[in-house]
Amino acid sequence: MARWIVILTLALLAGWTQAKEAAPAAEDPVLEARMLRIATELRCLVCQNQTIADSHAELAVDLRNQVKDMLKRGDSDQMIIDYMTARYGDFVLYRPPLKGTTYILWFGPALLLVGGLGALLLVLRRRSRLSPDQFEPDPDAEPFVADSDTKPAK
Amino acid sequence: MKKLKFLLPLAIFLGLVAFLLVGLGLNPREVPSPLIGKPAPAFDLPRLDDPAQRVRREDLLGKVWMLNVWASWCAACRDEHPLLVEMAARKIVPIYGLDYKDTRAAGQQTLARFGDPYVASLFDADGRVGIDWGVYGVPETFIIDKAGVIRMKHIGPLTPDVILNKIEPLVRQLNG
Repeated sequence: MARWIVILTLALLAGWTQAKEAAPAAEDPVLEARMLRIATELRCLVCQNQTIADSHAELAVDLRNQVKDMLKRGDSDQMIIDYMTARYGDFVLYRPPLKGTTYILWFGPALLLVGGLGALLLVLRRRSRLSPDQFEPDPDAEPFVADSDTKPAK
Repeated sequence: MKKLKFLLPLAIFLGLVAFLLVGLGLNPREVPSPLIGKPAPAFDLPRLDDPAQRVRREDLLGKVWMLNVWASWCAACRDEHPLLVEMAARKIVPIYGLDYKDTRAAGQQTLARFGDPYVASLFDADGRVGIDWGVYGVPETFIIDKAGVIRMKHIGPLTPDVILNKIEPLVRQLNG
């Protein structure tokens, strides 16, 4: 029951905040939606961990208006993204393009993972080939050894 | 071999320290401008002191000039202002201002109070020209060559060091 109340409140709140944000361009909700979709792809340069859709910085508001104006002019999404990249660099893109300078960014994590797995595999395989007396005796096993007749090999 | 194994974590640690040390020196706020080496974006703006007079990009072709983006509301601009006044007095390079997202009265008042280093200040009330130039924080300073190509951009307030070691040699080179 309590969960339903929370979900309902959140749903209502979500509707409320959306209605508030859409208010200035209520004339054209389709355009506004397109603008917001593009805006979520672009980084706000003043508050660098927010998109210009999230940010309330003045520059973000200006850039949203710029996107809106370009859409009204009939520019395609790609044209707008290109316009922003030409001015602010690839840094404004939340999804950086795949090219020479970004290979490390894109493939670095995978390389690290493969390298780590490779190292793990090597170590495990070398260990499995070692004879048991190469390892230190398990201290937990000692009481049983003490009970038996034979002394643990040193 | 055994010794080497002991040293390995130390080596990794030192590597990390090196990366972090370099990272400390970097400023994530300074986004390298893709406009360097590209033609300066076109503009056609009224002067701050006289709305009837306009300044266009084409008017400034054929000379090396500096564009300083400023605003009356920008505190860091006030810090660099004396340096600009000094630069103007030494006639290093013609300085044009871009009064970014300001009101005419406040902009004019600032210049009247602190001195006017600008050949002309362009008045960009809505910040559109600023966006065209990739401005995201004020102050910013650009050096434009005779062909209208942006050769340098400095983000944040100018310092005596930047003027002496970057701007002056560059202007000399572009004029020479």
